[in-house]
Amino acid sequence: MAAIERKFTLQVPSSTENLAMIREFVTSVGRQATLDDAEINKLELAVDEACANVIEHAYGHDITKDVSVRATFDDEKLKISVIDEGRGFEPDKINQKSVDQLVQERRSGGLGIRLIKTLMDEVSYEIEPGLKNELHMTKLIKK
Amino acid sequence: MPNPFAIQTAVEDGLAIITLEGFVDAHTAPQFESAVQSEIDAGHKRLIVDCEKLSYISSAGLGVFMTFVEEVRESGGDIKICGLVPKVKHTFDILGFQDIFEMLENQSAAKRSFAAS
Repeated sequence: MAAIERKFTLQVPSSTENLAMIREFVTSVGRQATLDDAEINKLELAVDEACANVIEHAYGHDITKDVSVRATFDDEKLKISVIDEGRGFEPDKINQKSVDQLVQERRSGGLGIRLIKTLMDEVSYEIEPGLKNELHMTKLIKK
Repeated sequence: MPNPFAIQTAVEDGLAIITLEGFVDAHTAPQFESAVQSEIDAGHKRLIVDCEKLSYISSAGLGVFMTFVEEVRESGGDIKICGLVPKVKHTFDILGFQDIFEMLENQSAAKRSFAAS
């Protein structure tokens, strides 16, 4: 029998105030997808980082814009996409300096995408600046 | 919302103790940053950040530690972190903070560590 895919979407104004709501949404979806607590914690952090990047960098804190989080899951994997219509970014130009180097330079940028790649099983992008940017993240569901 | 954000600061024996509660994310990290900046501006260079009641931190919060630690170390001080719950400690560990910051079990241990240094 084919696995049933379930879909959930949350769309909120682009404000860091809404990050807590986004985390609750993602945590709830993760539970429904039967992820364990450790995996849900990773999912929560990865999606928070992705949405914070959109709010701060893609939209520059413009609260008139929206951030969408789309989640779909079946028995094998949970896919989360963070969608915006902001400035976008160039994945290859993300700061790759070590944390130690950043500390010496008194900088803290670029940690978000590094965390996302560590926390999720698959990460990919579709970037069309000003039109539609999508960050796709997948977490495999271990039985 | 569970665990709303709260921050308290105290000074004991020349140590600035910043206690975080709830979540530190991109929304609340600026308050944490202001609190650390205020302590440094007040001349405190030995800081303890007590995370016993901290339930969540994202890179915005981690960035606050990274921004200030070199400055306080250059003036002979340090930032020590204590009381991390496992979920939060995992986030610190992913980025290798255990190699950069001293992490103690609780506030007493952090005070002893400063006293010994």
